Amino acid sequence: MTVDQEFSRLEDHRLAVGRGRFHESVRRADLAHLRVVRSAVAHGRLDGVDVAEAAAVPGVLGVFTAADLPDGPPIPARQPSPGIDFTPYLQPPLAREWVRHVGEPVAFVVAEDAYVAEDAARLVDVAISELPPVLDARRADGTTVESLAGVPARVGTIDTGYGDVAGAFDQAATVVELELDTGRHSAMPLENRGLTVGFDHDTERLVVWGAAKVPFWNRNVIARYLGVPDDRLHMRESDVGGSFGIRGELYAEDLLTVWAASRLRRTIRWVEDREEHLLAANHARQQHHRVRAAFTPEGRMTALDDEAWLDTGAYIRTHGAVVAALTAGMFAGPYRVPAFRSQVHLVVTNKMGVGTYRAPGRFQNNAAREHLMDLAASRLGLSPEEVRLRNLPTGEETPDARPMRIFGAPMLLDGGDHHGHVTKALATVGWDTWTARAGRARSEGRAVGVGMAAILEKAGLGHENAVVSVDTSGGVRVAVGSTSVGQGAETVLAIAAAEVLGVPPQAVRVVLSDTDTLHDGGGTFASRTTVVAGTAVHQAAEQVRDRAARTAARILQAEPEDVVVRDGFAASRHAPKRQLPLGALAQAAAAPGFLRPGEEPGLIARSTFSAPTMTYPPGVHFAEVEVDTDIGEVRVTRYAVTYEIGRTMHEGMARGQVTGGVAQGIGGALYEDLPYDADGVPLVRSQRDYRVPLARDLPDIEVHLFEDVPAPGNPLGVRGVGEAGIAGAGAAVMNAVRDALQLTAPLPRLPLTQATVLRAIRDRDAPAR
Amino acid sequence: MTRIELTVDGAKVSDDVEPRLLLVQYLRERLGKTGTVIGCDTASCGACTVHLDGRSVKSCNVLAVQADGAEITTIEGLAADGEASGADGQLHPVQEAFHECHALQCGFCTPGMIMQTADLLAENPHPTEDEIRQGLEGNLCRCTGYHNIVRAVQYAANGTSATPGTGAAAQPAAGSGTIDGGAA
Repeated sequence: MTVDQEFSRLEDHRLAVGRGRFHESVRRADLAHLRVVRSAVAHGRLDGVDVAEAAAVPGVLGVFTAADLPDGPPIPARQPSPGIDFTPYLQPPLAREWVRHVGEPVAFVVAEDAYVAEDAARLVDVAISELPPVLDARRADGTTVESLAGVPARVGTIDTGYGDVAGAFDQAATVVELELDTGRHSAMPLENRGLTVGFDHDTERLVVWGAAKVPFWNRNVIARYLGVPDDRLHMRESDVGGSFGIRGELYAEDLLTVWAASRLRRTIRWVEDREEHLLAANHARQQHHRVRAAFTPEGRMTALDDEAWLDTGAYIRTHGAVVAALTAGMFAGPYRVPAFRSQVHLVVTNKMGVGTYRAPGRFQNNAAREHLMDLAASRLGLSPEEVRLRNLPTGEETPDARPMRIFGAPMLLDGGDHHGHVTKALATVGWDTWTARAGRARSEGRAVGVGMAAILEKAGLGHENAVVSVDTSGGVRVAVGSTSVGQGAETVLAIAAAEVLGVPPQAVRVVLSDTDTLHDGGGTFASRTTVVAGTAVHQAAEQVRDRAARTAARILQAEPEDVVVRDGFAASRHAPKRQLPLGALAQAAAAPGFLRPGEEPGLIARSTFSAPTMTYPPGVHFAEVEVDTDIGEVRVTRYAVTYEIGRTMHEGMARGQVTGGVAQGIGGALYEDLPYDADGVPLVRSQRDYRVPLARDLPDIEVHLFEDVPAPGNPLGVRGVGEAGIAGAGAAVMNAVRDALQLTAPLPRLPLTQATVLRAIRDRDAPAR
Repeated sequence: MTRIELTVDGAKVSDDVEPRLLLVQYLRERLGKTGTVIGCDTASCGACTVHLDGRSVKSCNVLAVQADGAEITTIEGLAADGEASGADGQLHPVQEAFHECHALQCGFCTPGMIMQTADLLAENPHPTEDEIRQGLEGNLCRCTGYHNIVRAVQYAANGTSATPGTGAAAQPAAGSGTIDGGAA
């Protein structure tokens, strides 16, 4: 059964009337507020923390330092990386001997009132002997770190590739190379980080609202930290005001808040302000790439070689080396690359830790590689589209397993004909009209340019659990380990069940990531919810439908194959008028007369889906920009994305994922950066200073979803769409700006701030030396 | 403490408040109007937008004492039937438009975006796309790319959809295998 694609999301009504279930909406009589005291210094020895004055403020319930906390483990890395020991680089929940970045938690206050907590936090006296901060990953590489027990600043290197790279460069007719810096970004979800943790005096359990992304993993880590069984914590589903990968990773503040609730035996709320968010929520992206490619005279790439430094910040965050692994593993993008090497060095500095932000690694590697492709086109005398088409695998060359692994799994190019996708994309958007329009504008003296980027995306990783059940009133319930981070998980998973059970999605109640409903769950990341959780729900729903059909067959004395389940009823196709409601079948399925040995009573099934490998769909980004060459300001005037989605579950939501991603990507391409001064003090301290795209900055965004190649690795055929819109945006905008300015040289960095653009214009116009 | 009296979503309220208490926190913590949310505390994001005497304001940038004597409308009181709107009651046309046009994802900017849109349309009932984009520049959305928000404002202004909910029909048609809203 096909579900109507145009119905409004199940989440929308409550959100549009102000009834979102954000954790701060939870009302509790015993609510107290937690405020973190943070280091104002980038690097130093922590000599002492004096809490006496703060503790004396009326209304303060306690002021705590590292000395008060259990001697527990540091914040662990969720994903290990073979060959790299993260242990020395992990962060304690509160600083003990050293502080390593501005914003690092050193103490916290709990008070009856949030204003009082903030007042008292200002009275905590933190004594630090300052050390010089380390702020450049490349310069730090090769040094050791006193404040991390003398370990090397280089945490490790992800080194991947295959083939004879050196030989290919020796033989090359043309070699192109460039260096590129990508800025320090953050996702900036509209809702700041926070948690509300209740203490249940009857059961001694801790009830947690506001967890996002990976609640089961976070629950287990927090339980270990407190020294209690996992089940002592109950993570409740909540609406979340955006994650984009950064919200819902485990942070120090999560451990502190749950610990405080446990210690004070009352409800504790922690909500950061936007300044704290900028200082202490995961940063992202900052990398320096040195990349070169070898070509034949015909423009065929024979080798691609990249070395990059990832400024991973003060500590290794929960994702471990995922950003580096995706940067290196996917550096080749969609191209046919006979010899390939990509090395990414993870180096610690004295900035906030870096984590996974939507399209981690790919925003950066697509920018470096696709800018290189444009440079190659210039050198080879080919058009940007032609140099790409000559190097894209056709349908005859795919599916193709690259001779390398990514997260330990094979990298199977399963997205079909990449050459064909790009050819179709060029025709769909009318690319020749874009280039013609830009050329006309330039002939009138305007700095208008167009740029494209061919990308390879990936989606779906790991496993997810789902339980689908029908109760005796006919109500369908889906319990699943994924979370809502504002992307519409509730709706898409309702569709996955509804289309199998033949009920409207509105009739399905989806319980997301309530740790009391399942023994384990994966969570929401890596564009995996539709692929992995959707499949788990689909499979469980199929089992429920089949069981309903078998039960109905026994009642109707029909063959199970003849029973059709639709619109909440089961009936034999030979006697369609005798309809049995699902609720009655749920009752019958538990009744002795209809239950067979070995069957579980009732209409219930659980399923786990483990993605054997990620799916790797192609996409293309197209941008048109106009540059104001007097002030260096870039305006994106047109944007289009094509993407192989496999199969669309809900068109409006799928498109929304792409348009929203493009907007964030344009922000990363033009505005967003988190610079530090020479003392390691962040210069961006409020939302005013972190420039994100506004409505007036953006054009309409064309989205063309292709359903040409259903994903072979899952029964829904879906490919995930969460990161497609951002992954190629830096690349396409950068290429468009280079075209607009008619540069022969590459651009050196993203974002393309006015200063960067003016410098590029100046360098272009400078007489050759 | 200072005594304030005001009307919030049609109900008269009076309270003693600290002079430094922000209006948004008064609404949320004292009155339980948690539909109005806080995103930035620096009047940058617009998530906390409410109407004060009929004009949109960022309630993180207004002290509760400044609202003394004022009439405040929040997202929870925007619909004609006020309090009932939260249930299955009637939606305000702007709420309806956001709903119809997929103009929200995480929904955190939505209350402020809807309140700002209502003010914008009261001021200029038939704005151009450019006027809409300028008129919403004080409200950040990090999920949608504003695309469908602009469509929703147009929908609310026209009482009908200029383009379908996906914002797709404005786009060129494409070949087979392409799902392009009106095109396929």
